[in-house]
Amino acid sequence: MGLLSKKDAVLITDPLLDNNPITIQVLGICSALAITAELKASIVMAVSVMFVLGLGNVVISLMRNIIPSKIRIIVQLVVVATLVIIVDLVLKAFAYELSKTLSVFVGLIITNCIIMGRFEAFALGNGPWRSFLDGIGNAVGYGLILVAVGFFRELLGSGTLLGFKVLGDPIEKTGLYAIGYENNGFMLLSPMALIVVGIIIWVQRTKNKSLIEEN
Amino acid sequence: MEHIELFFKSIFIDNMVFATFLGMCSYLAVSKKVSTAVGLGAAVIFVLAVTVPLNWLLDQYILKEGALVWLGPEYAEYDLSFLSFIMFIATIATMVQLVEIIVEKFSPSLYNSLGIFLPLIAVNCAILGGSLFMQSREIPSLGLAFTYGIGSGIGWFLAILAIAAIREKIRYSSVPPALRGLGITFIITGLMAIGFMSFGGMLTGGDDEKKEEKKPAVEAKVEKEEVKETANKVVAKNTNTNQE
Repeated sequence: MGLLSKKDAVLITDPLLDNNPITIQVLGICSALAITAELKASIVMAVSVMFVLGLGNVVISLMRNIIPSKIRIIVQLVVVATLVIIVDLVLKAFAYELSKTLSVFVGLIITNCIIMGRFEAFALGNGPWRSFLDGIGNAVGYGLILVAVGFFRELLGSGTLLGFKVLGDPIEKTGLYAIGYENNGFMLLSPMALIVVGIIIWVQRTKNKSLIEEN
Repeated sequence: MEHIELFFKSIFIDNMVFATFLGMCSYLAVSKKVSTAVGLGAAVIFVLAVTVPLNWLLDQYILKEGALVWLGPEYAEYDLSFLSFIMFIATIATMVQLVEIIVEKFSPSLYNSLGIFLPLIAVNCAILGGSLFMQSREIPSLGLAFTYGIGSGIGWFLAILAIAAIREKIRYSSVPPALRGLGITFIITGLMAIGFMSFGGMLTGGDDEKKEEKKPAVEAKVEKEEVKETANKVVAKNTNTNQE
């Protein structure tokens, strides 16, 4: 037996597909949609959430026996807000351009329901190591959807990935553009994020019938 | 005038749900019935209308670079804006607690139907988002901050009301099984967002352009009336010929 027992491994693998925070638990959707017009922004967002959720889960789990249940929401908010301030300052120092694109959405990690949701549902009742795994697992599941949406929106919307022109140059008409391909600028607008997530949910539930909801 | 402009802009053009996707979690979770949607929407309007001006004051007199100058000239160099997340969220959490107490006192039925969602207003991104956008858009006065808070609250209210009404009706239609529930809600919201994008043209263009447009508009009116008259004559002629 290695680092992870079977019971612990489930904590990481489960949120990836069958209990995905975005498509099944319906948590943390706001930020998932707003910043996915570019792949790079989605990746940075996913990593930031992983940092905040992993560490936050550990901190809350360590304090779970001394937090009075009446004021736990405020305690949780303070913990998250502190972690998010760290992320925000790091981004401003090392990736200023990117922190401009993300604008208020870094701050909105505080109110990302995925974080409060996991604190409430998991960290308040489990030990630090298991909480850490749960945090990482959920953040990865969240990141997967973010990256998938960002991938399709950037590829179809501007024909680039991470800024590289993978489909050729639209102005000099090379690559796919030589045979008359056009970018779908609509993919860059906000409504398409919703529709892309809707389609991902559709595909996922067609594959796994047990997830289908009653009306 | 700028109040009216900001008001309609925050309701329709910068709609919290459709343009910036704020408050999506509770928007999706509480929109199964119109009655609960109305309750939550009203609570969001109220909380936004109170917290945005409060946070505006905090930002203006404590957090901004040089905001502490009212304490004395030696404080002019302090920049506390890195604390704004934690200050804003503390204000919001307190206000939400207050709303919860008031609702429990005056409307127990609403309190019961909102259930666990009232505390969740504290972590509703729409509320914190309202304050953060107020800060990043540099809204100049307290009155405008209030207008902005109310406007974006009403925008959120409209959005959740609309989706709840649609979801009540869609129960009777045959949606593909895999899309039922969450999937179709996402796609409907996407379509509604496309619809709301058409409001984008409502307030674009500065005052200068509007003044220039006014004169031709008057001429156009005169022309239109002439066209109408000729059209009426043509119609009259046609009816005459028909009668003949």
